[in-house]
Amino acid sequence: MPLKKDKNKLRRITFCEAVREATLQAMERDDSVLLLGLGVTDPKGVFGTTLGLKERFGKERVYDIPVSENAVTGIAVGLAISGFRPILSHQRADFMLMSMDQIINNSAKWNYMFGGQSSVPLVIRTIIGRGWGQGPQHSQNFQAMFAQVPGLKVVSPTTPYQAKGLMAAAIEDPDPIVFVEHRWLHGQVGDVPENYYSIPIGKAQVMKPGQDLTIVTSLDMTVEALNIAEKLKSQNIDIEVVDLCSVKPLDEETILTSVNKTGRLLVIDSSWKDFGVAAQVTAFVAEKEHGRLKCAIRRMGLPDIPSPSTPALSKNYYPRAKDICLVVEDMLGKKLNLNVFEDEKLPHDVPDPFFKGPF
Amino acid sequence: MYSEMLRIRLIEEELVRRYSEQEMRCPVHFSIGQEAAAVGICQALSREDSVLSGHRSHAHYLAKGGDLKQMVCELYGKAAGCAGGKGGSMHLIDRSVNFLGSTSIVSGTIPVAVGVAFARKLENSSGVVAVFFGDGATEEGLFYESANFASVHQLPVLFVCENNLYSVYSPLEVRQSSSRKNHLLAESLGIQAIGELDGNSVSVVYEAARKALDTIHSGGGPCFLEFNTYRWLEHCGPGYDNDIGYRTEDEFQSWKQRDPLEILGKRLNSVKSRFKDFKETERKKIKLEISAAISFAKETPFPEEQALSTDVYATKKR
Repeated sequence: MPLKKDKNKLRRITFCEAVREATLQAMERDDSVLLLGLGVTDPKGVFGTTLGLKERFGKERVYDIPVSENAVTGIAVGLAISGFRPILSHQRADFMLMSMDQIINNSAKWNYMFGGQSSVPLVIRTIIGRGWGQGPQHSQNFQAMFAQVPGLKVVSPTTPYQAKGLMAAAIEDPDPIVFVEHRWLHGQVGDVPENYYSIPIGKAQVMKPGQDLTIVTSLDMTVEALNIAEKLKSQNIDIEVVDLCSVKPLDEETILTSVNKTGRLLVIDSSWKDFGVAAQVTAFVAEKEHGRLKCAIRRMGLPDIPSPSTPALSKNYYPRAKDICLVVEDMLGKKLNLNVFEDEKLPHDVPDPFFKGPF
Repeated sequence: MYSEMLRIRLIEEELVRRYSEQEMRCPVHFSIGQEAAAVGICQALSREDSVLSGHRSHAHYLAKGGDLKQMVCELYGKAAGCAGGKGGSMHLIDRSVNFLGSTSIVSGTIPVAVGVAFARKLENSSGVVAVFFGDGATEEGLFYESANFASVHQLPVLFVCENNLYSVYSPLEVRQSSSRKNHLLAESLGIQAIGELDGNSVSVVYEAARKALDTIHSGGGPCFLEFNTYRWLEHCGPGYDNDIGYRTEDEFQSWKQRDPLEILGKRLNSVKSRFKDFKETERKKIKLEISAAISFAKETPFPEEQALSTDVYATKKR
């Protein structure tokens, strides 16, 4: 891809390339960084995110593994308490459930239960599927579940720029980090500096400033929200989109600043609506700022139903632009022209064209 | 090795006596009756070798050289405890002697031990990692997964199974088929393994450990040893519980007659002159050490209240 602006060595690359580049540069900088995961050395290289790393760093640092998620997570904890910085990757978040014991009982607790003597610098990459009939066990997003556990941090980048910077930060971090990737974001392109950099974990990003209403969201739903915000501009609706980037630590300050400005908050969860990230955001804003709100906080997300495989059912599973706009209409008390959204004409089970970026 | 076992026994007996004072406010799984496996293995290890363990870990910690005062303080929940009071009896650690940690989830430290061994191999270190677990842990998928990984990568791990016949109150026959051999499970994964060893004879344990360590050091990959032994006290707590119906008094008595201390003591008595004097001198010395540790633990302060929220995350180290 041609460079957009040469002076900062920005290039337009995909999210996957950004993840790979961060991993590669971190491994170049620090010999203690290791990569383990099913398929990290195979010809597809986890959607391209690990391609060539074994060739570059050798078999002593890049490992394909037995299908033993729980043990390998514990082994990664053992490596981490011995001075290494392992990155463990799962091709789908659903398989990571096999390792909940080692994630929650060991990685998240080790530093605390031994009085701070033994930290666990571990990155667990987990990829969320969506669409094309992936169904009940290939498309689950457990951001909230991991965020509830003390000792874990949960990072969920949306753009290639965030992906590279947050991956670098996650590898540098002394604590266990669940690094959430959304499959629909993997193909996105964006401007990314060539050089190594990191973005602080726990900082949200205002993706689009606005005055009328704040949408707080993450991952695929950030892309949906940006699409809506862009299209509603012509109707004189000015939406601010805040991407969480990190679910935990949660950047309450950025969210509160935005809500103070707009007075309206819509939280869209990339996962199930109930008991989730949106619930947490809604709750803390309600506790701290309800006096400044012009209308009730609204919350959207997936229904309390497993993800069905058939397109006949999945078409009503994920919130789409029109669904979100109906809520926006209600919050603003204004009729919007929804014909600008072509939801009905496009297949719903593959990423819409606007998922390509750059954002 | 006799002194080591005697020391562990006397420490545990004193903690048993003190437990009813209710100052040790955490669940405690005593090691009485199982001292030989801990001492035999740890005597065969060198200081740079590492040990991890499970919920019943006092003997392993002490046999590896873990600091007694810090252990007792941990049980009393004091700031000077080996984990600052945050872990309790089931979370012992003394990194200065490479006792890297014990945790309370059955089989939970087995993969961690394999990971530490992986690190040793990557560092080209000669260090071996021994991990202690019980018969119940071999029923967990983690045991199989971890042993398999250790075998694939030929890691310097010594898997030490102390088979004490019960998981809490559940006997072996409801958990494992009578034709099952745990060491054959390990062997089927490509691991050199010996089972059904006398876990109450410290010399049997020590010899088996020496041979296994030779194998590991000569590049033969991980080894697995299973020792038959018996816990004298209840699963958790300071009492005897032969009366509640899950095991018989006869069974307990037959194991008690095979007391690890008595087995070695009898042999030493026949070959060593003045063994009784030696034993008495050791006993006195150990008792002084224990009472000093208990007094210290009782007097030393609890953690400050703000310690509640420290160590949840590590501070930036670089």
